[in-house]
Amino acid sequence: MNIKPILEIEKEIIEDFALFDSWEDKYEYIIDMGKKLPVLEDEHKLDENKIKGCQSTVWLVASYNDGRVFFKADSDAVIVKGLISMLIKVLSGHTPTEIIDARLDFIGEIGMMTHLAQTRSNGLLSMIKQMKNYAIAFQAIGSQKTDHK
Amino acid sequence: MGILDLRQQFPILNRMVKGKPLVYFDNAATSQKPQVVIDALTHYYTHYNANIHRGIHTLAEEATMAYEATRRTAQEFIGALHEEEIIFTRGTTEGVNLVAYTWGRQNIGTGDEIIISGMEHHSNIVPWQILCEEKGAVLKVIPVNDDGELLIDAYKALLSNKTKLVSVVHVSNSLGTVNPVKEIILAAHQVGAKVLIDGAQSAVHLDIDVQEMDCDFFAFSGHKVYGPTGVGVLYGKKELLEAMPVFQGGGEMIKEVTFEKTIYNDLPYKYEAGTPNIADTIALNAALDFIKETGKPAIRAHEEELLAYATAQLQAIPGLTIIGNAKEKVSLVSFIIKNIHPQDVGVLLDNQGIAVRTGHHCTQPLMARFGIPGTIRASFALYNQKEEIDALITGLNKTIKMLS
Repeated sequence: MNIKPILEIEKEIIEDFALFDSWEDKYEYIIDMGKKLPVLEDEHKLDENKIKGCQSTVWLVASYNDGRVFFKADSDAVIVKGLISMLIKVLSGHTPTEIIDARLDFIGEIGMMTHLAQTRSNGLLSMIKQMKNYAIAFQAIGSQKTDHK
Repeated sequence: MGILDLRQQFPILNRMVKGKPLVYFDNAATSQKPQVVIDALTHYYTHYNANIHRGIHTLAEEATMAYEATRRTAQEFIGALHEEEIIFTRGTTEGVNLVAYTWGRQNIGTGDEIIISGMEHHSNIVPWQILCEEKGAVLKVIPVNDDGELLIDAYKALLSNKTKLVSVVHVSNSLGTVNPVKEIILAAHQVGAKVLIDGAQSAVHLDIDVQEMDCDFFAFSGHKVYGPTGVGVLYGKKELLEAMPVFQGGGEMIKEVTFEKTIYNDLPYKYEAGTPNIADTIALNAALDFIKETGKPAIRAHEEELLAYATAQLQAIPGLTIIGNAKEKVSLVSFIIKNIHPQDVGVLLDNQGIAVRTGHHCTQPLMARFGIPGTIRASFALYNQKEEIDALITGLNKTIKMLS
């Protein structure tokens, strides 16, 4: 699989956002991304996959295949869903180490840092932590396999 | 001076948010502060900051006098019979907790019942749950109808000689409903139960007369009555406050301490351990004076006009449903929009300089009653204007268009 490095995907998103000169354009783009995010099957919408914010809820599932981590996620709020969609675009399909090391500076660069600051209301920051936790867990599985060789 | 001229006295209302003039509709969470309140705070720290009640120097004397002046103003504000029935707290939450920890621990036993309502803020649920768990008591809940009103017949059916306390909200922070507290109190007293009224939302809008209401306890917060954060008032009937055990131990609340025994101070100091929040308590006086001078009837007349205008405008928006249509409401409107998450609305309105509250408003059981995750809430204060409601409606239409 040929996957672009995380930093390159982040750079593309930053460049996309640089074209928008109003908040409306920015948010319309995010809302659009939220709507396009594939619906998470109900079978995954379990409590164990739930990251509950004070206002909106995020569901996150991860799988590990061929040394790479794949994420699927959903939210009941569309702006959060749009931001999730970007995070998946940036992180999904990379190796655990790449995910753990990702600084995700693009969130600040595109002016969406406030959404992360609202930890209590939307669970987005918890979602990033959870994505990294999955990566750490999968990395451990990966290294165990190496040990057995 | 007209009510709208008062707007000039709130400096924060001149600020811009995201390049647009601020429209502040989150008054039920906290109100903005008039210049007199801000000045009272800086004046205290600039001229007479000192610890109160003990010092004999001039600064301590001035600070003590100003602090105690607030107690008298608060007494008048809620119509208490005695000055010492006014206990300063951090806010409504601490007031409720104080009663739960002191009166509650002394008077609630196994099998006793405490009645709250289905529209309580978490602050008037959790302290009673803790108490019930500790004492083996039972929490009963007055149901709410589809309009967001308490079912008074159902309430009366819950009352029995097991009922020891009824603790209900005067005005719902999520729906705006004004509850018939006099009727609730009278019925509770008939079975010998005491009543605590959560006045967090009512104190700023309604005329409060605790003697006429005949409640046993009444709690409210300074920051929701145009005063500072971190100070509130708990009213309790004198005979109850005198009989109740102490809350926190420390300085100020004692008369005499030996290692063998401590003799507690008289009311109200018995419940005010440690150095209190002097500055904010002093500034609360300015806020209460400001309301008194403006006059609650004038404030209400203006706010009712805003509520009627906002309700009519909002109802005209397709897909919008108002949650809470009680016959008696304060100037607060809660609503949902079909297929749109409240949080998304909040984010997009904020980008237009409009501050509303979204979410469950710390009343999760009430939201569950209506089968919704939360609402969008616009709450109005004396400084709000019709033009701002127009801005909200324009903003909402734009928001809905962006989200659909």
